[in-house]
Amino acid sequence: MTILELQKMANEVRKGIVTGVHSAKAGHPGGSLSSADVFTYLYFQEMNIDPKNPKDPDRDRFVLSKGHNAPGYYSAMAHRGYFPVEDLVTLRHLGSHLQGHPCMQHIDGIDMSSGSLGQGISAAVGMALAGKMDQKSYRVYTLLGDGEIEEGQVWEAAMFAGHRKLDNLCVIVDNNGLQIDGKIEDVCSPYPIDKKFEAFNFHVINVADGNDMQQLADAFAEARTVKGMPTAIIMKTLKGKGVSFMEGQAGWHGKAPNDEEYAIAMADLEKVGEALCQK
Amino acid sequence: MSEVKKIATRQSYGNALVELGKEHDNLLVLDADLANATKTDTFKKVFPERHIDCGIAEANMMGIAAGLSTTGKVPFVSTFAMFASGRAFEQVRNSIGYPHLNVKIGATHAGISVGEDGASHQANEDMALMRTIPGMVIINPSDDVEARAAVKAAYEYEGPVYLRFGRLAVPVINDRPDYKFEIGKGVVLKEGTDVTIIATGLCVNSALEAAEKLAADGISAQVVNIHTIKPLDEELVVACAKKTGKIVTVEEHSVIGGLGGAVCETLCAKAPTPVLRIGMQDVFGESGPAAALLAKYKLDGDGVYEQVKAWV
Repeated sequence: MTILELQKMANEVRKGIVTGVHSAKAGHPGGSLSSADVFTYLYFQEMNIDPKNPKDPDRDRFVLSKGHNAPGYYSAMAHRGYFPVEDLVTLRHLGSHLQGHPCMQHIDGIDMSSGSLGQGISAAVGMALAGKMDQKSYRVYTLLGDGEIEEGQVWEAAMFAGHRKLDNLCVIVDNNGLQIDGKIEDVCSPYPIDKKFEAFNFHVINVADGNDMQQLADAFAEARTVKGMPTAIIMKTLKGKGVSFMEGQAGWHGKAPNDEEYAIAMADLEKVGEALCQK
Repeated sequence: MSEVKKIATRQSYGNALVELGKEHDNLLVLDADLANATKTDTFKKVFPERHIDCGIAEANMMGIAAGLSTTGKVPFVSTFAMFASGRAFEQVRNSIGYPHLNVKIGATHAGISVGEDGASHQANEDMALMRTIPGMVIINPSDDVEARAAVKAAYEYEGPVYLRFGRLAVPVINDRPDYKFEIGKGVVLKEGTDVTIIATGLCVNSALEAAEKLAADGISAQVVNIHTIKPLDEELVVACAKKTGKIVTVEEHSVIGGLGGAVCETLCAKAPTPVLRIGMQDVFGESGPAAALLAKYKLDGDGVYEQVKAWV
């Protein structure tokens, strides 16, 4: 896909996020929106996957370590063809396959259940290790929150991945700067994030704007060239990106828009979509 | 007694892994800097490329095992019971139990027979913790024969299994030609009519010794070995309750939530029966030689005998 096509798709993914969370009357729009572009890039460009063959042993893997961004993950998967886009309105409803946090037993294509922070990265490391042991060429991607990396297990996993030189592993940190209790530097600062991963023997790529598709494309292209060490892509993003009243607001970490707010959010995204169509 | 063969079930674990490893290329062993103690070094010597030392990081080790299992590997995650069930509880619950992944947890150094290391390392809560995880199978073998059979059965079973092993060398009691291991099936080792002693792990031998002494006092004790704590052989437990009218449980574990807890939960619903729970009575252990600790906390043959005699 071209960069413009990816941008348009990311906007559709955002609509799915807002629609799902609005319908659920709960969920996590802020981080889902900040990572909508990377979800889109991974599922429509970067990863070697086939929604019709979701268990292909040679497929690339993705683990959503920041499992609360399920609305973004589901929206990208739905648009990619893993299940109908119409299902997004069942998010968090009783009986839905779209559980509040990703569950691999409910959806083929989810490579690992997640939701409890700090755990997904370890599973991704296990998948990458298996790939190395079996001399497979698949790659493993995992998305972490910048608040999530306050969990100690993240660094246990990073130490192991660096030690084992897992160059088929790509860790992505969604550095939107906000966690539930406020700014990450005020709550319990994980900065400098890049220096930490470097110290754990990662190749680090800083992305100035993780909501910029071209910058994401450049970062993932660089990551593919790295040999002998895992890669960490630290991407600066805007929490709530694309929805005017959610942007940069910690309060929208885990709150659903009401009907009025939903209308404004969709109008915001329609405007973005129209602007992209003019390009 | 000196001619009785003794072996620690942790060593049985290491030996069984080597045998299984020869047959199955997808079997991996994970360890957290305790290969010497968990006896997975036995496996490491034969299959160094399939032994993965994760360093002192049990939470991450559980997650790595989960990830490996999604690719078709069968990881046996090895560490002390304290860390496997305690420190890494939530990783076991969320990364292994919830997605029902095919991970086997080899938890050694369970119970107070850890001995000199003391209470910080004596896991008397592990079975209780693991029992609360839906779909988790829990096996607590009584000797070398059973431990090796349990490891094989765990490999063949699809899903998460918690295997509980001890540090102390214990007598081999199941070395007979007709021995058969089946997950979830208890074994009647001795028929009796006055009381049933249901035991697990190294306490099965204590129960057998106690039954002999009780017989000399004219008390006929049935002895049952429950190696699988979950799923519990409820049918057998209920049958014993109906037959003998009194049940004693014996375990090297807290009387809360383990074998005693499981038996009581079953009986109160299906066959209300008086139960005496022998085990750690809601206390921490302490340092000392294993045999002395088992005697102090009345988990050896004499201790079980005294308590049953006083109760029946």
